[in-house]
Amino acid sequence: MPETIRKPEGVPEPSTPPKKVPRRQMLITLGIALNAVAGVLFAIPLAGYIFGPSKRKEIRKELSWITLGSLAQFPEGETRLATYRNPFVRPWDGDTANIPCWVRRISANKLQVFAINCTHLGCPVRWFPQSGLFMCPCHGGVYYADGARASGPPPRGLFQYDYKIEGGELWIKAGEVPTLATPPSQACADTLRRGACA
Amino acid sequence: MRLIKDLAEWFDQRLQLGKPLKETMQHPVPRSTASWAYVFGSASLTVMALQFVTGICLAFVYVPSAGQAWASLQVLNQQQSLGWFVRALHGWGSNFMVALVLVHMVQVFSFGAYKYPRELTWIVGVFLLLMTLGMAFTGQVLRFDQDAYWGLGIGASVIGRTPLIGAPLVHAMLGGPIIAGETLSRFFSMHVFIFPAMLIAFVGVHLLMVLKLGINEWPMPGRIVKRSTYLKEYHELTQKDGVPFVPDAFRKDLVFSGVIILALVVCSALFGPFGPKGPPDPTVVQTVPRPDFFFLWLYAALALLPPQMETFLLLVGPVLAIGFLIALPLISGTGEKHWRRRPIAILSLLVIIVSLAALTQLSTYAPWSPDMDAWSSTPVPPKLLQGRSALERTGAVVLQAKQCRNCHALGGEGGQRGPALDSVATRMTGDQLVRQVLQGGGNMPAYGKNLSPAETTALVAFLKTLHPSNEAPARDSSLVGVVAAPQTRPEAASP
Repeated sequence: MPETIRKPEGVPEPSTPPKKVPRRQMLITLGIALNAVAGVLFAIPLAGYIFGPSKRKEIRKELSWITLGSLAQFPEGETRLATYRNPFVRPWDGDTANIPCWVRRISANKLQVFAINCTHLGCPVRWFPQSGLFMCPCHGGVYYADGARASGPPPRGLFQYDYKIEGGELWIKAGEVPTLATPPSQACADTLRRGACA
Repeated sequence: MRLIKDLAEWFDQRLQLGKPLKETMQHPVPRSTASWAYVFGSASLTVMALQFVTGICLAFVYVPSAGQAWASLQVLNQQQSLGWFVRALHGWGSNFMVALVLVHMVQVFSFGAYKYPRELTWIVGVFLLLMTLGMAFTGQVLRFDQDAYWGLGIGASVIGRTPLIGAPLVHAMLGGPIIAGETLSRFFSMHVFIFPAMLIAFVGVHLLMVLKLGINEWPMPGRIVKRSTYLKEYHELTQKDGVPFVPDAFRKDLVFSGVIILALVVCSALFGPFGPKGPPDPTVVQTVPRPDFFFLWLYAALALLPPQMETFLLLVGPVLAIGFLIALPLISGTGEKHWRRRPIAILSLLVIIVSLAALTQLSTYAPWSPDMDAWSSTPVPPKLLQGRSALERTGAVVLQAKQCRNCHALGGEGGQRGPALDSVATRMTGDQLVRQVLQGGGNMPAYGKNLSPAETTALVAFLKTLHPSNEAPARDSSLVGVVAAPQTRPEAASP
């Protein structure tokens, strides 16, 4: 064994003794194994970095109670646009972190807070008080005043935020873009088709 | 002159690229391929190279930050000298590139060029198409305006329909819980690093295979592709009736690329840059988001798909379509290449082209969307109000005020979501109109809660007048015998 160790690299073998082959083969195997391990150690943190934002639980933590301001701005029997600053922000978010929503005050303490996003494909719905309808400008979705689907392609009624009234202010629980996979309130997640969730 | 030659020799002695380069350029290709039908691939490559140049130039000024991207586009358009022109070149270049890639693909498909031995060239080409569309979409996002913002919302909503892993996918796409700073950074990274790198790699492989396998010969009816004989036949063709690629085939590529670049410059100078539209402020809800031209067909399809099948089609459709494109050369890799002997292939191609064109055309006026301003901006045609009673005219006011016009046209103006009302009285009786207005149905919302009995009476009274003077309004035949009342509306009474 010591002899083979002393042998300098690159010197051509006079003959090909079968004893040496496993040793060189072993180095190749070792090299591949080392690189594979290193590669995995390299890739795992990268994948964690790239897909970090998808960790549902951490985002759920970011969902928090946000005030929409004094309850007095929302007269009974009317539906008004309100905006809030998203609780999960970066300093360079600019206007994109200002999120709108529709607040419908039914009676003194009974409200509905609708997400702006159409449940079909997320376009901003507009409230028409005269006809009591929300209309979507993209693919023709229409909803009634209580958020129930009226016509068009939406698969369910408008998304709603959980709300509470504290100290004369209206608070909603929000923080992520509402889609069918990420409805802001689980309470109304199964109000498909015509179902209203009041 | 002598100095240049010496310099060239000095470099070539070291690089040793001169000879292989010359051989590559002059390699024999079938004479039939020196044709105007074969110029679209090289033109796509030319435009891609220009996109890299203009894109890098834009990156000198553009700020990929959600808070400032829109402002930096304004600076490019208004203040940076010739910034508007570089933006125009890049925007028009994008349209040109998608168009050229599609035309190239149609030509390759019609000529059967994807058949043996060029299957992999086609498959790599399919990825190049996807990369090109990916560049077009991410580029539209980088023009960070209202359309980009709500386009991202649509993307998130489509992905959010994925069962089980919808939520993590949405967050991975957006880089966070909402469309904001990290979303734009992600799309910036895709648009300037990931997709261009993949484009370069795939274009390299695509071109290498074109060189190694030769340019597809002009197809002839009856000249069948067989795995056993094709390579020999092609070799003979290039030897017996071949011409050197440079200059014989190349000169048409050269001329066409020149024409394309000129057209690009002219379009950019005449029509200027695309957008940006309003700033990406989601609290401005008075917006009508529309995608760029090459995604309009998709916008139409999303409105017209049957809602019950929509999620399935959205998630499975693209997989099937891309899978089919990839599998195509593996399924029909041999046989006839000529279009006259491939009727099903050519008819399918025509159906696809006509469908995409029809969807694109439809989306230019989007009949499925309510016309959000029609109720306040489009008056009832005066002709329909002449000689009407006070009740009927009040009904016309109700019709406007309750936004009926957003979905229903009168005199050719208004939304097209529902049927035009010009002759609604010939289709429905008064009772049917009351029922339809109050209960809705057939994709119309019910207005029962939003109309007082008086408003309903007035509205229906007006609707009952909407019929051509030479056509009687609809009547309830079951009541005719009992009531026997004449249709009392005297049309002749109109002044």
